[in-house]
Amino acid sequence: MRNMTYLPGVSTLTLDASRCNGCRTCTLVCPHAVLVMKDGHAVIDRRDDCMECGACALNCPQQALGVTPGVGCAAYVLQTWFKGKDAACCGGSGCC
Amino acid sequence: MKNSHNAPMSGDRLPLSPDIEDTRPHLPFLSAPGILPELPRQRTDACCGIPSSILTTPPIASRNAPYRHCHQGNVPSPVGPIPRLGTRLTPRDYWGGLKVRLGMGRNRYAMPAGLYAVGRPDPRSPVLVTANYKLTVDALRKELHGHDAWILVLDTRGINVWCAAGKGTFAAKELVHRLKASRLEQVVTHRRLVLPQLSASGVAGHLVKQQSGFRVIWGPIRARDLPAFLSRPKEAPPDMRRMSFTLKERLTLVPVEISAAFRPAVWILGMAMLMALLLGMAGPAPFMTVLHTMLLGGAATVVGLISGAVLTPILLPWIPGNAFALKGGFLGLGAAFISQLAFYPAMDVETSIALTMMTIATSSFLAMNFTGATPFASPSGVEKEMRWAIPAQALVVTIGLIGWLQAVWGG
Repeated sequence: MRNMTYLPGVSTLTLDASRCNGCRTCTLVCPHAVLVMKDGHAVIDRRDDCMECGACALNCPQQALGVTPGVGCAAYVLQTWFKGKDAACCGGSGCC
Repeated sequence: MKNSHNAPMSGDRLPLSPDIEDTRPHLPFLSAPGILPELPRQRTDACCGIPSSILTTPPIASRNAPYRHCHQGNVPSPVGPIPRLGTRLTPRDYWGGLKVRLGMGRNRYAMPAGLYAVGRPDPRSPVLVTANYKLTVDALRKELHGHDAWILVLDTRGINVWCAAGKGTFAAKELVHRLKASRLEQVVTHRRLVLPQLSASGVAGHLVKQQSGFRVIWGPIRARDLPAFLSRPKEAPPDMRRMSFTLKERLTLVPVEISAAFRPAVWILGMAMLMALLLGMAGPAPFMTVLHTMLLGGAATVVGLISGAVLTPILLPWIPGNAFALKGGFLGLGAAFISQLAFYPAMDVETSIALTMMTIATSSFLAMNFTGATPFASPSGVEKEMRWAIPAQALVVTIGLIGWLQAVWGG
């Protein structure tokens, strides 16, 4: 399965280019090659491929990247709707 | 179970009081309890995984210990002997793997956290960090056949790398804690750790360096790329860093999807059948006709289940649409159409439409639930999709159910 683009235009990923120091850690940790290096700085290249795992933001030593990380799992989201965020538990669809 | 780690067992050392740092050799196979009485507080204690009290008892020491058979001697080190793991999987491993995949005894199969060896590692050998899920540890040691390496197993409550990272158990805090507990800095002369790339959503590499002096190197996503990676362990090439979702990977998820859907499906179907039976008995139609229509409803639900939990994962890239609920709906429509043409007896149009709607709603809902098993669905996307999909599914299934119940009543 080559094309792993999900819904377009929903990702919460942000990049503050002025803070980037060009360490390129974000390009190493992103599992969907969303970020690439351009002229010594990271840029968002394939925003719609972002699954909001939060790896880039967590590993950015400059806090240049931001994302609302979460679990892309309908069974989990359903539980947060009905039971609230704290009681939610994945399990359902093999998500963990 | 609650106080088991405080109770001295035969052959075990007495546990230290919690405020004294334990610097004794960490030999998970030989003496899992009493090493470090408390586990670090995790972000999520609520569910998903094992209460820490269970993990502090030594699975390896019990009679049916699931890991004892892969313990192959010890490797000497400055902090004492380190247990060596076999790199050939046995039928027993495959049987255990099948069981944890189906959610049976996953807790029992959690590997005790700590330092292990494969081959004959020396102080310059690489250190690979991993989760203590049965299938994770097995995939790792299998790929390391013929290699010499240290394996640092974190306590992720028996959960795989990706999910543990998302849940905050595969995190810098646990890693630093486990580094100190295993006294790795005395075992190896270098200061590098190879982490699976998918743990990056839980581990901040620069914090690990700050807190322990060890530098994090992001290894490949898949364990099978490790042999190639270890020949030049500087940086994983782009193809090792990209997520895949091949047909084979999707196929392994099908049994998981079925087992997850099975119990709720039986419940809901059972309730619907009971309702239909009561209604049918009260109605004017003869019993055999009622039974016949009831079975058609059951069949329509099962077709939806197959479409959503089996066919959707397999055919995923080729089904039109972006949203999973839509993909499942399309496939449900197709599956209902084919099954009614090929297998069902002739019926009137109203019943046919009602059954089709039941199939579509079931398939759409299960396909939507498959988002959690894919490596690319984002939470923002899932939530956006669910905002329209859940009401739509509810509407479709309600109309379908009413139509079906009406057919049961009227015969």
